Amino acid sequence: MMFTAAALAILITMGLALLRALLGPTIYDRILAINMFGTKTVLLIAVFAFLSGRTDILDIALVYALINFIGVVAVLKLVEQGNFYTSGEEVEQEVKAEE
Amino acid sequence: MIIELLSWIALVSGGLLGIIGGIGIHRFPDFFTRLHAAGITDTLCAALILVGLGLQSGISLVSFKLALVFIFLWFTSPTASHALANAALHGGLRPQLDENKDASPS
Repeated sequence: MMFTAAALAILITMGLALLRALLGPTIYDRILAINMFGTKTVLLIAVFAFLSGRTDILDIALVYALINFIGVVAVLKLVEQGNFYTSGEEVEQEVKAEE
Repeated sequence: MIIELLSWIALVSGGLLGIIGGIGIHRFPDFFTRLHAAGITDTLCAALILVGLGLQSGISLVSFKLALVFIFLWFTSPTASHALANAALHGGLRPQLDENKDASPS
């Protein structure tokens, strides 16, 4: 019963985050919403593990927490630099040269 | 019985904080205030829900895994928030200030 309540609350939050990802005026709003969605997914998997009584599923929550973080950082790098192959310093030098 | 009650309180207040954060990212006017709403609830909502689950499992491998999830979220969610704010500033987004509110509508 208590797990159902928690799962429902997390699902509502995920819905609100998804709505912000669809509406979001800037790309950063969308990334923020997807980051929040991912964190709530980790919590939902953890609650679902208790809801179904199969606590092995917690391993998936653990992996998802790591993948979510790396994914968000990778998307941020892509948005900021436009590619995956340059390092941050080169881009800053280009910006300074343009100034 | 007491553990059951504490678990209820932790899970329900964690869920409520999550919903408040979800409302926050819709009601706040610009990106940086939304980041504040999402960042704060990411931390406490996750902590309370994981503590509520941990109370149900007792001390075992399950609660150890929950603690690991908690530690990862504890470190990665502020880092992700910081990276987001940094990228937004670098990408030319500026916080909406009170003094130039009329000049730049949200």
